[in-house]
Amino acid sequence: MRIAVCIKQVPNTTEIKIDPVTNTLKRDGVPSIMNPDDKAALESALVLKDKYNAEVVVVTMGPPQAELILREAMSMGADEAFLVTDRAFAGSDTWATSTILAAALKKVGYDIIIGGRQAIDGDTAQVGPQIAEHLDIPQVTYVVEIDIDEKNNVCRVKKEFEDRYQIVEVKGKALFTVLSGMNEPRYMLVGGIVDQEEKAITVITVNDIEVDRGNIGLLGSPTKVKSSFSKTVDSNKELIELSPQEAAKVIADKLAEKHII
Amino acid sequence: MSKDIFVYIEQRDRVIQNVSFELIGEARRLVAVSGGNVCGVLVGNNIASLAKEVVANGADKVFVVDNKELEYYTTECYAQAVTAVVRKHSPNAMLFGASTIGRDLAPRISARVHTGLTADCTDLKIDEEGNLFMTRPAFGGSLFATIACPDHRPQMSTVRPGVMKKVEYDTNRAGEIITEDVAIDATKFAVKIVEEVKETKAAVKIEDSKILVSMGRGLENNLAQVKNFATVIGGTVSCSRAVVDAGVWKSDRQVGQTGKTVRPDVYFAMGISGAVQHIAGMDGSDLIIAINKDKTAAIFNTAHLGIVGDATAIMPELEKEILARK
Ligand SMILES: Cc1cc2nc3c(=O)[nH]c(=O)nc-3n(C[C@H](O)[C@H](O)[C@H](O)COP(=O)(O)OP(=O)(O)OC[C@H]3O[C@@H](n4cnc5c(N)ncnc54)[C@H](O)[C@@H]3O)c2cc1C
Repeated sequence: MRIAVCIKQVPNTTEIKIDPVTNTLKRDGVPSIMNPDDKAALESALVLKDKYNAEVVVVTMGPPQAELILREAMSMGADEAFLVTDRAFAGSDTWATSTILAAALKKVGYDIIIGGRQAIDGDTAQVGPQIAEHLDIPQVTYVVEIDIDEKNNVCRVKKEFEDRYQIVEVKGKALFTVLSGMNEPRYMLVGGIVDQEEKAITVITVNDIEVDRGNIGLLGSPTKVKSSFSKTVDSNKELIELSPQEAAKVIADKLAEKHII
Repeated sequence: MSKDIFVYIEQRDRVIQNVSFELIGEARRLVAVSGGNVCGVLVGNNIASLAKEVVANGADKVFVVDNKELEYYTTECYAQAVTAVVRKHSPNAMLFGASTIGRDLAPRISARVHTGLTADCTDLKIDEEGNLFMTRPAFGGSLFATIACPDHRPQMSTVRPGVMKKVEYDTNRAGEIITEDVAIDATKFAVKIVEEVKETKAAVKIEDSKILVSMGRGLENNLAQVKNFATVIGGTVSCSRAVVDAGVWKSDRQVGQTGKTVRPDVYFAMGISGAVQHIAGMDGSDLIIAINKDKTAAIFNTAHLGIVGDATAIMPELEKEILARK
């Protein structure tokens, strides 16, 4: 079984600051990491490798420096890595990104695809399902357990909803998106770090895949960013410093005014 | 191409989810500018009788796909049903709740009909030509982006529960209920449900509460007092992420970018500093009352009434006031 894992390099959003003057993100010095949900996807694939000797290949789309997370993935135990990179891909929205990744995955080859539910920089959770549609294979999202029955070519997974879960079986090729809470990703192995240095990363450019150029990049993206801003502060406040008793009266008056008490 | 705005009506076990009604309310506000009808798309098995609820909540039309294949939610059969209705009627826009179902279904459909989709919108605006401007947070709530979908229709977006407002429920409202006969292609179903288990420990729905008593790290060690205050005022306890991280509450009580979006009549922010990620989940509340020891706390920028002080001292006094006025 060949498992393709889709991973993304993201800025560590917990360290992002806004420049108060220009209202833009200060990205300088913000470390890049493997997206947490994607790391869980990789771990779940590596568990299947440990159990059933599955082959694990990682795929990322991004700028050349995204190679770093591919190296990290190989150090954790992935067998092969593919970097999907080209200027023609820049500015892609989720529709265009999924179009490119679907074409790349056809080239890479897979029995199943596992990805993270969403990336912490965009939080859209759209690319997984859109890849599945472009590849015309079934998807199961919000997955927290995956097991395979190779003899019958079936995957059995647990899918979560807000108020329930489903155990589902999928026959044949499929795409799963998983949540970061599902496992504890392993560390890079010392042996793995040494081994990966020997391994080459396969670069996939626009010329290596079958895509309509009108469907990729900024121009091929149905959605366009019109503007971006950080929340400005509005001072509609009444700020009051009082004794607890007085404060309680002020609050109670306000609640009464709004007919809450 | 019509001017109509479609809303995916999400039902679970034949109960329509609140977020669908909120989206009908929002669609009503949008068509007031752009023209067109608000149409619900109601999909499931044995659900036709729910259509009048959709009308009472503000829809002009309801398209109903009632098919036994649709008893349980799986992506492919629901995607087929909704896509058939979308292709037949070519709406200008379509809104989905950003639930685990909406966020599974909407991207599949957007890829199928080749159109753009914007996730987790917190604000929608439309112009007279029907162009939708969808605002959503990014980078963990540090930044907001407004996104358009100029050349593809329908313009699609998912919106979180609790963000938009319903319109008044009115059983006398007139609306048209249209049965759609959709041929479902079962040969495409590769996903088989082995079992579906409802979790009765049912997550608390803080987004449905009219009064939220929200506690932050400042009150981490005063849980009993906060619970008591919430009981006296008839509210539900919610919290910041710091409190979830500390293990005091589970994440179903968390308000904010990575938690729930809420819009209660009153939101008490107590011992909460007011990080952007927290604000993103509660700034639509009707009345925000903040109590914080630190007068420079950012929460005071969002609060309608800000009290500088110790919440543990104010709560008991406020309880007395409330009981006295009852
Ligand atoms: C990607 C990302 C997503 C996030 N998502 C969320 C989210 O969804 N929701 C969320 O809440 N956070 C979220 N956060 C975390 C957020 O940035 C803050 O760290 C968090 O909201 C802080 O919680 P707090 O206000 O309870 O704690 P603190 O910031 O520690 O504030 C505690 C406050 O309590 C006050 N205080 C102390 N004692 C008292 C007292 N006795 N009476 C009154 N006031 C008192 C202090 O003055 C202080 O202002 C996210 C962060 C990231 C990076």
